[in-house]
Amino acid sequence: MEYVSPEGLRIDGRRPMEMRKLQAEIGVVAKADGSAVFEMGNTKVIAAVYGPREVQNRSQQLNDQALVRCEYSMANFSTGDRMRKPKGDRRSTEISLVIRQTMEACILTQLMPRSQIDIYVQVLQADGGTRSACINAATLALADAGIPMRDFVTSCSAGYLNSTPLLDLNYVEDSAGGPDVTIGILPKLDKVTLLQMDAKLPLDLFENVMQLAAEGCKAIAEYIREVLSENTKQLEFRRGV
Amino acid sequence: MEQRLANTWRMTVNEKKFIESALLSGLRVDGRNVYDYRKLSINFGKEDGSAEVHLGQTRVMGIVTSQLVQPYRDRPNEGTLSIFTEFSPMADPSFEPGRPGEFAVELGRVIDRGLRESRAVDTESLCVLAGKLVWAIRIDLHILDNGGNLVDAANVAALAALSTFRRPECSLGGENGQEVIVHPPEAREPLPLIIHHLPIAVTFAFFSDESTLVVDPTHQEEAVMAGRMTATLNTNGDICAIQKAGGEGVPQSVIMHCLRIAATKAADVTVKIRDTVEAYNTERALRKIKRHSAPVALDVSGTLPNLRKNQVKSEDQREVSGSVGTQVEKLKLMNERKNSDQSNDIEDTSKFSKKQKGSQSEKSTQQASPKGSAEDMKAISPATESAKIASQTHGEKTLKDAVKPKHKRKKKAPSAVDGS
Repeated sequence: MEYVSPEGLRIDGRRPMEMRKLQAEIGVVAKADGSAVFEMGNTKVIAAVYGPREVQNRSQQLNDQALVRCEYSMANFSTGDRMRKPKGDRRSTEISLVIRQTMEACILTQLMPRSQIDIYVQVLQADGGTRSACINAATLALADAGIPMRDFVTSCSAGYLNSTPLLDLNYVEDSAGGPDVTIGILPKLDKVTLLQMDAKLPLDLFENVMQLAAEGCKAIAEYIREVLSENTKQLEFRRGV
Repeated sequence: MEQRLANTWRMTVNEKKFIESALLSGLRVDGRNVYDYRKLSINFGKEDGSAEVHLGQTRVMGIVTSQLVQPYRDRPNEGTLSIFTEFSPMADPSFEPGRPGEFAVELGRVIDRGLRESRAVDTESLCVLAGKLVWAIRIDLHILDNGGNLVDAANVAALAALSTFRRPECSLGGENGQEVIVHPPEAREPLPLIIHHLPIAVTFAFFSDESTLVVDPTHQEEAVMAGRMTATLNTNGDICAIQKAGGEGVPQSVIMHCLRIAATKAADVTVKIRDTVEAYNTERALRKIKRHSAPVALDVSGTLPNLRKNQVKSEDQREVSGSVGTQVEKLKLMNERKNSDQSNDIEDTSKFSKKQKGSQSEKSTQQASPKGSAEDMKAISPATESAKIASQTHGEKTLKDAVKPKHKRKKKAPSAVDGS
């Protein structure tokens, strides 16, 4: 199947280096300390953050830093066929672990000892790149909750099909069996925290694909910064500043 | 959650500081270099498809089994490959019995990605009846001792077990050719899996100081590290999988550097796995050969019934399968090259040469060799000579035929032959 037409257009009409349309909204869950909805094309994800608050399970309390917990789940209706078991299966467990460790790297946990920060991420619509959307949503939600962080973590995926590196794969391109590189970076510090890859890719091509994904992450970081400063302006306005 | 139980084993602040400051000067606590692997040894079990790997103190056992199942709807003519991990509580105080924890799931998925998505095992050859019956290969990984770097050890265990696994041969039969008959291993030689390449996992540990990274962290280094990355590569220059699940951020240049180091390490480990698997296969072929000549020994002297490892009835003997034949070939060449004067080898070689001389029928395999060569066993003669002799005589059966197989005779030397 042809994923990149001879004119250089992908199946959804994008160019190989083009990302999908981004849309984000903050403060969607009223009860949560921080929340956000993040959309990348058709993939829509909602994240809610509770914390810092008292540790519920005393035995897990860490005396020198905050405990970060994360739960990732996909809604039953998020994929084409109704999912049988959205939570607790191995993929969800792994992605929960991945998101938790990624966010732990950027939250300044030393400032909040003996407390707990919960991140809940739910996929509402899945069209490829759910992992990345979840991390971006979690970053926004943490910022909305006012939790101190070293830097944003933004994430994007890239692949390699029909001998072209492609940015931001959607579901069809992802299930094509080609390599799928998901990268999460701290944009200001320019450091890679998350890097996952599956399927085969020659070593020399990998660098290009990783570079492309990193560029995508920086673009997302710009967008997130815009959204947050817009939000802050709104808050200032409402307080009459 | 098991990460919290890890608090039950706490490292003192002094130990942590010691490890970190030693690493700043490029020294590791166990004396290795920064990019060195620990000693890797692979042992195989009695059954095909079981392997135990020791990587320093880490021990992992891998077992492969197969079953006929219905294929997935969207892949009707491909077999399936699934990996199950068992983090035994005896391996580490923080492992809980029961449901696999996060790290167990992560380990299983990393190895799964490396094997399945990179198409290391050929799944299309596992199809028996398209859309109805395929072979499901199940890999069970048991962690026996957690000395650090479980992913790499488990990956090697899985690969070693897959390389030595043999699945039963099955054929279509019945009235309309739709019935599947599975042949037991005594009837037909089981077949190995088709493995295209060996994806090797190499794990790096990052520490809070940017320039410090080590390969193959031990348990103590893992307790101190700030982040880790596992790169799965094969010797064809492909990256099969990468897993860096958060943790300390590293610049992209460091990642490329790690991948290059991983490529060299993967080559070493691949060579090691290939060598041990080959040694195992040769030994397995030898065992098969001995089985074939057992009835002759029985005829000669009823008093020495069980000297051969396997008691095989003559009717069970079948034509030697291709795989055994090639192993046999190889061994013959090896011996000729080595020009070994161990009587064992000479006996075997002569058997092989006998086989190669068009012995497809049962009879000739039964008459195979050891008789003529038995005389030569004591003599130190080149393999070719004994082969000639073997071809000449086949009637003379002496007590020497009933002599024990290779490994046992090594210990007892001449006494077994001369005695009785």
